[in-house]
Amino acid sequence: MLALSMRRVAAYLLGFLVLTAAAPATAGSASPGRPGDTLAIGISQFPATLNPLVDAMLAKSYVLAMVRRPLTTYDPEWHLVCMLCVELPSFENGLAEPLDLGGGKKGVRLTYTLQPDARWGDGVPVTTEDVLFSYEVGKNPKTGVADAELYRRILRIEAKDAKTFTLDVDRLTFDYAGLNDFEILPAHIERAAFADPAQYRIASRYDTDPTNPGLYDGPYRITESAPGSHIVFERNPFWWGKAPYFRRIVVWTVENTAALEANLLAHGIDMVAGELGFPLDEALAFEQRHGQEFRVIYKPGLTYEHIDLNLDDPILADLRVRQALLLAIDRKAISEELFAGRDPVAESFVPPLDWIYTDKVPHYPYDPAQARTLLEAAGWHLAGGAIRRNDAGARLSLALATTTGDRTRELVEEVLQSEWRQIGVDVRLHNQPARVLFGDALTKRNFAMAMFAWISAPENVPRSTLRSDEIPSAANSRTGQNYAGFRNAGADRLIDAIEVELDRGRRAALWHALQRLYAEELPALPLYFRASAFVLPPWLEGVTPTGHQYPSTLWVERWRAAPPS
Amino acid sequence: MTRFILRRLVQAALVLAIMSFIIYALIGLMPGDPIDLMIASDPHLSAADAVRLKALYGLDRPLFERYLAWAQAALAGDFGYSRLYAKAALTVLAPRLGNTAILMGASFALTLAIALPLGIAAARRPGSAFDAMVNLLGFAGISVPSFWLALMLILVFAVALGLLPAGGIATIGDGGILDRLTHLALPVATLTLASVGGHMRYMRGAMIETLQQDYIRTARAKGAGELGVLLHHALRNALIPVITVVALSFGSLFSGALVTETMFAYPGMGKLIYDSVLGNDFNLALAGLLLATLTTLLANLAADIAYAAADPRITYG
Repeated sequence: MLALSMRRVAAYLLGFLVLTAAAPATAGSASPGRPGDTLAIGISQFPATLNPLVDAMLAKSYVLAMVRRPLTTYDPEWHLVCMLCVELPSFENGLAEPLDLGGGKKGVRLTYTLQPDARWGDGVPVTTEDVLFSYEVGKNPKTGVADAELYRRILRIEAKDAKTFTLDVDRLTFDYAGLNDFEILPAHIERAAFADPAQYRIASRYDTDPTNPGLYDGPYRITESAPGSHIVFERNPFWWGKAPYFRRIVVWTVENTAALEANLLAHGIDMVAGELGFPLDEALAFEQRHGQEFRVIYKPGLTYEHIDLNLDDPILADLRVRQALLLAIDRKAISEELFAGRDPVAESFVPPLDWIYTDKVPHYPYDPAQARTLLEAAGWHLAGGAIRRNDAGARLSLALATTTGDRTRELVEEVLQSEWRQIGVDVRLHNQPARVLFGDALTKRNFAMAMFAWISAPENVPRSTLRSDEIPSAANSRTGQNYAGFRNAGADRLIDAIEVELDRGRRAALWHALQRLYAEELPALPLYFRASAFVLPPWLEGVTPTGHQYPSTLWVERWRAAPPS
Repeated sequence: MTRFILRRLVQAALVLAIMSFIIYALIGLMPGDPIDLMIASDPHLSAADAVRLKALYGLDRPLFERYLAWAQAALAGDFGYSRLYAKAALTVLAPRLGNTAILMGASFALTLAIALPLGIAAARRPGSAFDAMVNLLGFAGISVPSFWLALMLILVFAVALGLLPAGGIATIGDGGILDRLTHLALPVATLTLASVGGHMRYMRGAMIETLQQDYIRTARAKGAGELGVLLHHALRNALIPVITVVALSFGSLFSGALVTETMFAYPGMGKLIYDSVLGNDFNLALAGLLLATLTTLLANLAADIAYAAADPRITYG
């Protein structure tokens, strides 16, 4: 009787395993670790939504760049180029014209022509009807488009024919020709989802029917999407550009970097994206162990790692204290010891690769003696203890916050804490989860020092981070990213002037002045420009890291397996 | 018994209602709402955008008002839309629930299939070499962090030996039974190895105590065989505390195994609930957490029923 029961239990167990295994497959695994017609990419984050208009997210940009083409973008050499358009408008070629808006206001009229052969993945041509529809969606306040600024600035769009349109913009700025973030949607598919604009963000076919080929005009289209796991891309038969080499690409989400490495070694994935993959220190360690089997490309770029200082903090309001803090950090040693010198030391917010960069700014080499002198001059004295005090007896003590769980930053924090203690500054670590740090502490300016990074486009005007009217407060619904509370009339004037200066030479001079002012005033402590690490198989060619916010996948059709030697 | 079950079901509904408010309030009171996060990541968002988006997502209303609107819709079967995934919360949840049920169900069944016989066998001769070995392995399983165990299994079976895939659910374009089983092997092994020790220890402890009871001696004196004494007389009584532990484990069964899912890139409930809480996705987090609560409540009810089945002396009025 009992023996029979045990057999029955065993049969149930076996049956359960077989039944569960027979359930329909919702995800897949990788391709083999040798060149073939499938490429498996590992990234550390899954894109929550595929709708190009709703929510900005790096993972989404990375995958959508394989299936969609923006009108314009910055190329890997950081030049503005056309992708879906034929020619960039300029005053010289007559495709840009000044627009008098009355009251002394100047705008610009731009003419773009779409690529004549551009088609959606269902064969329907990409036309100006799509452009007009996209504008309609973008400017509607109910659609849930996060960044409405671009659509507010566009005064009107007029179709000249099926492929050519003009666009009136309310300001003439130096970057007038770029429409990098204007997302063109397929009107023939998305119009139905837009019937009720308030429901668009949940009715969009990008989320309800992501494998619909008509949503995509890039070299690939999405054929399978398993949320949280992977996305499968296959060649778009109606792609109008250079034919991509790989028949299929699978983007796998592996959030743990140790598991990402194991998957790479087990050939579950072929490469790890630099945009969303290994932190630099882990990539360096990986290269040491497996440099023979994989190619690691390091690309320094526009990710500016720094420490924002709250200038309304009475201690940090004193420029001498800010200078002392920076002089006491051995940034060169940090870069060399932790990042093998791959992360160049920053002297301001502009990286050396950007054409507007200047080296002629105040430098702060490691000099603890000078740091101590500055603190003494600022009224912070060592009176027997290891920590300085002012005449009122207050300790020179500051809180430093960063994102919890970021191992690299936590490592840097320990070095900073130790170096600042050597000059008599007590630093308490106050790390917080990303959602608390960015969603609460910074926007409410409830911090003293916060270490984090910005990533931007080339020649990005720091209006939101440096202009005095961009300080988050209850009055402006906590928008703006001038968390430091930097109020400087000179910086405001330079930012305004840079935006509207069309002459490159004069603009460069303004940029240099702004970098100097930044390095003099130190609203933040510049640390370094982070490099991204792309881990590639030796047979993969054509992957060109950009170093800016527009991902390498925008040129995925150039990726190919090297012929066997 | 029927009245007892009905009463417990009514109690479960009440607990669910209270829990839904507590969970909603806790998520709502966490610092930083979704729009604050959008503002932090997008330099172009203006004050007008912030006001517009908060109104669009209903975040401009008081927490209690939002909860009442949610509860009203939920009673009608509408658990709302996931803000992160732009889909109905239940649509996002369903495939993840299926994945988790497969993973956790398989590991749970395997755990019990290993832990219970081992616990019984070890209890027969406490202090013997076999008991010591089983205990040692049990403690090792309990002590080893599951992320480390997962990594070791990946390194040995996927990297070094190349026998099993390192992650995922099935091969793209395959998805056959064998393929699915090979993808399940390592995550199931990780979860099983991590939990078998605990269950084995419970079984062993309960069995040792039961085997010292007078009625066991009586059964032996009556000439019952050792296997019969063990399984017929002792096991039924020893199972009662084990049933309690197993019932309590059901809550984690559907809230998932966060670490294992992360290490094996397995899209399950644990990771989904974690992401939805951190991403302030109220509807999704609520639906997920309530499902875990409901599972625990139902498992406890099932445990109560199982007590009666295991021990006829237990009755419910």
